[in-house]
Order: sequence, then C-alpha cells, then structure tokens
Amino acid sequence: MASEKLILDFPKNVVTKPIVYHVVKDFDLEFNILRAEITPNLEGRMLLEIRGKKDKIEECKNFLKKEGVQTREATQEIILDKELCVNCGACVSLCFSHALAINKDTYEIEFDKDKCVLCGICLNGCPVNALKSKI
Amino acid sequence: MPKTIEEINEKIKNGNVVVLTAEEIIDYVQENGIKKTAKEVDVVTTATFGPMCSSGAFINFGHSDPPIKMAKVWLNDVPAYTGIAAVDSYIGATELSESEGMNYGGAHVIEDLISGKNIRLRSTAYGTDCYPRKEINTYINKQTINQAYLFNPRNVYQNYSVATNSSGKIIYTYMGKLLPHFGNATYSCAGQLNPLINDPYYRTIGVGTKIFLGGGVGFVAWQGTQHNPEVERLPNGVPLGGAGTLALIGDLKNMNTKFIKAAIFTGYGVTMFMGVGIPIPVIDEEMVEYLKVKDEDIYVSISDYSVQRRNKPTFGKVNYRQLREGKITINKREVPTGSISSYQKAREIAILLKKWIKDNNFLLTSPVSQLPASGSTKPLNIVNEEEI
Ligand code: SF4
Ligand code: SF4
Repeated sequence: MASEKLILDFPKNVVTKPIVYHVVKDFDLEFNILRAEITPNLEGRMLLEIRGKKDKIEECKNFLKKEGVQTREATQEIILDKELCVNCGACVSLCFSHALAINKDTYEIEFDKDKCVLCGICLNGCPVNALKSKI
Repeated sequence: MPKTIEEINEKIKNGNVVVLTAEEIIDYVQENGIKKTAKEVDVVTTATFGPMCSSGAFINFGHSDPPIKMAKVWLNDVPAYTGIAAVDSYIGATELSESEGMNYGGAHVIEDLISGKNIRLRSTAYGTDCYPRKEINTYINKQTINQAYLFNPRNVYQNYSVATNSSGKIIYTYMGKLLPHFGNATYSCAGQLNPLINDPYYRTIGVGTKIFLGGGVGFVAWQGTQHNPEVERLPNGVPLGGAGTLALIGDLKNMNTKFIKAAIFTGYGVTMFMGVGIPIPVIDEEMVEYLKVKDEDIYVSISDYSVQRRNKPTFGKVNYRQLREGKITINKREVPTGSISSYQKAREIAILLKKWIKDNNFLLTSPVSQLPASGSTKPLNIVNEEEI
C-alpha cells in the first residue's frame, strides 16, 4: 500500500464529484479529501490523500490528466517567518484559499494553517523569503 | 490666517505642536471641518514603504597604500560603478551578484552595510604614476569607510498602476507574480498615506525638504527621474497614474534595516524596499483640502502586464479602498488583489515621524526650490542619426 498527498486543479468545465467517484471505483483507491476550494469562477482545487497500490495511483493520475485535471504532489508545510516578513501583502493575492490574509485593522499578514492547501504558489512570490516550505 | 514654517517650528520647540498622521487627519476633518482643522493642526505625516528600484548609494572607501584609482569594483561580488574619482563608487540596488545572480544584489550590499556587516571589496585598475596599485582585495564595513549616502534618483511615486495578467501563463514582474487569466492583481502605493498624493501640486514638498529616509534623516534632492506632473488628474488633484517623483538623499550610516530592506522579485531581480516619511505643514485651508484625501478618492488604472509593450492595455479604474478590500472586478471576473508595498510599515513610519516631531527631534523645512509643476515623460525612440 502506498499513500500520496496530491493537489488537484480542476478547470472550470470539469465537474469535480463524478471524477472523484471514478477514482474510487476504477482504481480501487481509498481517499481522504483534506481540503477543497471552489472559486467564484467555478475552478476548483483539492488537497487529497490517496492510498492504494502504487501502479493504481499512477494510473489514476494519468486518468485525471486525460480528464483535464492537473495533479501535483503537495509540499509538506508552509511556514511564515514573522521576523523577515515586511507585511507587504505580495503573497495575499496568490493564495487561492485565503490562508494568507491581511488583517484589516493592523495591516499585518496572518497565516491560517488550517486553510492552507499546500499548493506552494506563494513560495516564490515573497520578496524577502519569509515564506518557506518545511521538508 | 496662513501659518509659516517658522511658526510651526516654534510650536515644535515649545512642545505644543499638533501633529496627525495622514490617516488620522481624515476623521479629524470630518468632525471639525476645513477651517477649524487648518487652525488647529500644524503638521500631517505621510509615508510609504515599497519596492523602489531607482535607489543606490555613493560610497567613498578611503585610500589604500600605495593608492589605487579603481577602474572596476565589486562589493560581495556585486559590481559597483566607479567611473568617478579614484575611490568613489555608486552601488545600485538592482545590480546582481556575479556569483549568486538573482539571489543577492546591490540592495543586499546596502542592507548589509547598514546592519554593520563586513563586505568584501575587490577592485582592479590600470595603474598610473599617482595611483600605482593595480588590484585590491580587502574588507570594509560602515565604520571603515568615509561617506556613504543613499542617492535614489526616483522614489515616492505619486500613484502608480494596478498590474494584472490576461495571458495563459504565470508572469514574473516588478509588480510581483501575476497568475494567468486574471488570477490576481497587484498594486504598489500607500494610497491615503502616500506623500505626494497628500500634496498633489507640490506646494510644500520641494528641493531641500527634510524627510524620514530608511530610519534616518534625509532630504529631497531634486525632482525624481520620470517626474511627470502633467498626468490626467481628478478634481482633488490626485493623478490617475504615476505622476510626480522625488530624488532623495540621506546618510546611509544612520539608517535602520527595519525601514530599508533588500527584496527579490522572482524572475525579475533585486530591488529595495524603501521607507520614506514626509511631514506636510498645514499652512492654510487649501492644504487641508488635499490632506483629507482618503483611499476611496484615489483612483488608479488597471494595466495588462502580459502585453510586453511600453503602452499596455487597461481595464478601467478602481480606487484604493476597493483594492484594500481584497478583490476587484475585471471583465466581469472577480480578481483577488494584493499590495506589494507595505501599508503596515507606511503607517508605522507616519506614526514614528509624528513622534519625532512632537518630541522636538525633527524640525520642518521650507523648500529651497519648487518641484516642476509641468513637463511630461519622453519615450526613447529607435532612430537613425538623421531622423532624431
Ligand atoms: S501554499 Fe501558500 S498559496 Fe498555497 S494555500 Fe498555502 S499559503 Fe496559500
Ligand atoms: S510576501 Fe512575504 S513579506 Fe510580503 S506579506 Fe507575504 S510573507 Fe510577508
């Protein structure tokens, strides 16, 4: 049994649910949706943990690709170094899931770990290297 | 009755000056009206903390024995300009390290100098009778060098633009990382705290104005490069895009890395976060009309940075209140917004400068000369000599 944490990016026209059911039925995988987000433009992103036979996981990834769903492995954990951060906000608009947000009173940046889908998009968006991924 | 700078300075010395930040003045005017505010408030502090590429420092290293007329200079492997006198040089913020590329640049050298770190100095020369040495390899820090002053040819833009990306791929720009298909939009302006937006016609800010620069004291040296006052303006004087700019000067040795910081924009390069604070004397009622400006009144155009041309297509205007709320609408799509300049730091600087003035540690100056109120930016055309 292998297990992987994956990020799935669903384009607008792909309906998310049936695909996920295919994954269970056709590839005999167990999965756990850790987080899911849908934008107002109906694009979706999901952080999944899947468990199953290694070759089945690979087949599943190929299937998803054919369906127009991009998959990539999730980074481990995002850390915000408060000492380095200048509260510029450059990371905020990159963060799809609002894990990085500006406090409207203090204008300081706040990081809500529970909302982070580990997509890693913010990582090279910080000009002072205050965002790091823990490996 | 208009107030003079001398009268305001007397109040500072006597400890009864009334200072507000450019945020605080908004509600104050709302409650007290223009007349009363003009009478009661003496100074309003404005500030900004954003990436400003057109920054750098002049450094004089002192003479070695035997002496050298430096022809090429590297500071921690970052080339500095030395086509001036023997041991004078200019290190530009955006210059990249020859060994580390985009991971280290001139802005980092400046930050390291301010924080007291040792810097490796390497230089080569052709040698002359009066300057026989042909190379040097040594270390410097801010104690060992003579003068070190920031001279930033263009800072404190009076408004700018909002950047977005209509293309299908991520682009990396000086406005930050822009996600495909209008995935986000970035802006870089302190809005209601921005110095030149609070003095839109440069009535009090001019050559010689004393300012807060990078945690120390500095001065406005000149109009900044690309100073462009003839941009379209709203009735409140606020320009709809980048308009006035300032060239700034200040002693690097007294700065503080809390307020001046190297920055790396992935795929674009190195730049410098500059913290600038400018006090505006409340000389008359007209000044209050400008100082009461708030984020809702300041509009800016949205530009498509995926078009790699001088003139970029635009998608209408938004105000800074909308931008700070975190989302705007472009082509009927909801687009998340993010600032690349720090409003928190700008506010911190405005509050600190207010304290300096109240504590009689900072007197105001009258400009020695006004900034130009007319003129616009010229493009660079590619021509033959006969066509120019
Ligand atoms: S990795 Fe960064 S951008 Fe992605 S969700 Fe987490 S904080 Fe947001
Ligand atoms: S981009 Fe970096 S410095 Fe700016 S707010 Fe985000 S974490 Fe802080």
